[in-house]
Amino acid sequence: MSGHSTYNPTNPVMKWLDDRLPMPRLMYDSFVSYPVPRNLNYWYTFGGILMIMLVSQIITGVVLVMHYTPDTSMAFDSIEHIRRNVNYGNILQKWHAVGASFFFIAVYIHIARGMYYGSYKAPREILWMLGVVIFLVMMATGFMGYVLPWGQMSFWGAKVITNLFSAVPFFGEPIVTWLWGGFSVDNATLQRFFSLHYLLPFVLVGVVILHVWALHVTGQTNPTGVEVKSGQDTLPFTPYATVKDAFALCVFFLFFCAFVFYAPDYLGHSINYQEANPLSTPAHIVPEWYYLPFYAILRAIPDKLLGVVAMFGSILIWFALPWLDTSKVRSAAYRPIYKQLFWILMIVFFGLGVVGANPPEGWWITAGQILTFYYFAHFLVLLPLVGLLETPKPLPSSISDAVLASNGAKAPAAQPAE
Amino acid sequence: MKTIKTLLAASVLGAGLALGSTTGAIAAGKQAQAEDIDFSFEGIFGKFDRAQLQRGFAVYKQVCSACHSMNQMYYRNLGEPGGPELTKEQVNAVAAEYEVTDGPNDDGEMFERPAVPSDKFKSPFSNEKAARSANGGAYPVDLSLITKKREGFHYPWYVSPFIKLVKGNGGPEYVRAVLLGYQDPPAEIAEEANGKSYNPYFASGPWISMAPPLSEGAVEYAEGQPEATVEQMATDVAAFLAWAGEPKMEQRKSMGFMVMLYLALLSVLLYLTKKRLFSRVKH
Repeated sequence: MSGHSTYNPTNPVMKWLDDRLPMPRLMYDSFVSYPVPRNLNYWYTFGGILMIMLVSQIITGVVLVMHYTPDTSMAFDSIEHIRRNVNYGNILQKWHAVGASFFFIAVYIHIARGMYYGSYKAPREILWMLGVVIFLVMMATGFMGYVLPWGQMSFWGAKVITNLFSAVPFFGEPIVTWLWGGFSVDNATLQRFFSLHYLLPFVLVGVVILHVWALHVTGQTNPTGVEVKSGQDTLPFTPYATVKDAFALCVFFLFFCAFVFYAPDYLGHSINYQEANPLSTPAHIVPEWYYLPFYAILRAIPDKLLGVVAMFGSILIWFALPWLDTSKVRSAAYRPIYKQLFWILMIVFFGLGVVGANPPEGWWITAGQILTFYYFAHFLVLLPLVGLLETPKPLPSSISDAVLASNGAKAPAAQPAE
Repeated sequence: MKTIKTLLAASVLGAGLALGSTTGAIAAGKQAQAEDIDFSFEGIFGKFDRAQLQRGFAVYKQVCSACHSMNQMYYRNLGEPGGPELTKEQVNAVAAEYEVTDGPNDDGEMFERPAVPSDKFKSPFSNEKAARSANGGAYPVDLSLITKKREGFHYPWYVSPFIKLVKGNGGPEYVRAVLLGYQDPPAEIAEEANGKSYNPYFASGPWISMAPPLSEGAVEYAEGQPEATVEQMATDVAAFLAWAGEPKMEQRKSMGFMVMLYLALLSVLLYLTKKRLFSRVKH
C-alpha cells in the first residue's frame, strides 16, 4: 500500500521539519491518508484497541512502579499500600491488573480474526509471525507481572511454571536454578521478574512497530480476502477507520471499566490476597485465565517433557500456519468447510480453557487429552487436507463488487474528496 | 454487587443462574456454603452502613483484636470518608487507648508512647512465634484482607463463573458463616477434635483452633442500635472487615459511575458520527 506520499504541509514549521526529518509525513501517510479496505468490519478494530491497551498498561505500570517495592518482605504490603494510601491507587492497581486480562481478551479476538480471514497467507507471513512473537512476549510479560504482588498464587504459579524447565533433558536443574537465581523461588526471582516485567513491554513496543510496518507494506486483509485492486476498494484511514476504531475502543472500554470499577477481583484469584508462603501450598494452583488452554495442554500429556513440548508447540505451531493452510482462498466466508473447522477450533480452545481451570482428575484428564489431540489435528492434518479437498465459493472480482452486491445493485458512490 | 452485574449477566446467563440457584447448596469441596447476606455495600450504588461499621469495629476491638492483627489498617482510616467515619476526637481517643513502641530516642532507647491516628493498628502479638505460642500452635490470621482472600460461595464449575460475576466470592459471608458456624461434630469423627472445634464453614476445616469467639452480650451496643445478638455481631463485624479489605470501595464505585456514564455518552456520540460518516460511502 505504500505508494506515493500525498503529504503537502502548509504550516511552515511542519514544512521545515518535514524537509529535515519527515516524521509528520510518516504520521500522515500512516494514520491519515493510509488507504484501508472499505469493507472492514468491527473485528478489524482490535489492532487499534491492542495498541491503546499496551500504552495503557505501560502508563499505569510506570506509575505503579513509583510505589511498588520488589522485595519479598515488602512486595505484598506495597501493593496494599498502593490500594490504600496512594491517591486513586485502588483504581490504578486494578486498571493494570484487569487491563492485563482485557489485553488478552483483545489479543485472542485479534488472533481469531486473523485465522478466520486468512490474514496469515502470502504476502503477510512476516506480519503474522511478528504477531505470534508479540503474543509470546505478552505471555511472558503477563506471567512475570502476576508474580510481582507476591501473593500465594503469584508464588506458586511462579514455582510451577519455572519448574517446567526442569523437564529439559540433562540441563533441566541448572536451568531452573539459573532462572530462580537461587535454589528456590525467592527474592532473587522476584527482583529479576520485576526487572524483566519492566523491560518486556518496551520490547513489545518494538515488535509492534515492526508488526505495523509490515502491515503497512502489505496492506490490510478484509472480509472478502480479495486484495485491494483500485482506489474504489479503499477509504482513507482518517476519518473512516479513525472514527470506527474510536467507537469500538469506547465500547471495549465500557466492558473493561465495568470490571475495573464493579468487579475488580473477578478475573483474579482470591488466594492472591494472601501473602506468599513457601511452606503452605494452595489446594489448586491455577494460572491466570488467559493461560488456561495452554495449561490444559501441558497437563494432558502424562510425560513432563512431552507436556512442556506440547504446550510450547501449541503456540509455536502458529508460526507454520501460513504453510500448513494449503488453500489459496483467504477468507473463511468463501470456504464452507474451513469455516466450520474454525468454529470447532474456537469451541475446542474454549473447552481447553475450562479443562485447565479444573483439577486434573477423573474425566477432566480424558477431556483434556481429546481436546489437545483435536487442537493439533486441526493444524497438522485438517488444515492441509481441507485446503486441497474443499471447493471454495466463487470470489467477488473486487472489494467494491462485493460491497455493491451486499448493498443491492445501486450505483457506486463517488470516491470521497478526502 | 447486584444491580448492574445482574443486568450485565442476566441476558447471557439466565439459564446458568436458574440452574445455580437450585444447585447452590452443593459445595464444590468440603467447605460448606455460606448463607448469602444482603449487605448494604453490594451493588453499583452500595455504600457501607456507617452505624454497622462502627458496631463491627466495636466487635473487632473488644473481641477479635485480642488475637487477630489488622496490619494494613491505620487508626486514621476509622475517620476517613467511606468508612465508619468516626469523628476526629473519637479517632484520637481510640488511638490513645493503645501503647506503641517508638524510637530509638536520643539515648538510643526504644520507648512506649500512646498511639496517634497515623499509627497502624497495634498487633496483639509482637511476632508470629509469640502468636502461635499463645494460641496452642495456631496462628490467628491477619484480618485486613480476610474478606478478599476467603470465599464463602462454592458452586459447581459450570455455573460458578456466572454466579460469582453477580454475587462476588462471598468473602464477608464467609466471615459471618465461620463465626456462626460452630456445630457439634458428627459422631463418627468426634474423637478427631483434639481440642479443636467443629466448623464446616472454615476454609481449612472442618476443625478450627479458634473457640467460638462470640457470645450473647460480649459487646455492648449503644442506645438505639440493634440488639447485640451473636448473629448481629457476626454480620456487623463481617461488614467492618469488608470495609477494611478495601477502605476506598465507595470512592471506586462513585468514580466508576461517572466513568461509565462518560464512556456511554461518548460511545453514542461516536456511533452517530460513524454512522453519518459511513452513510456517504458504500462499505
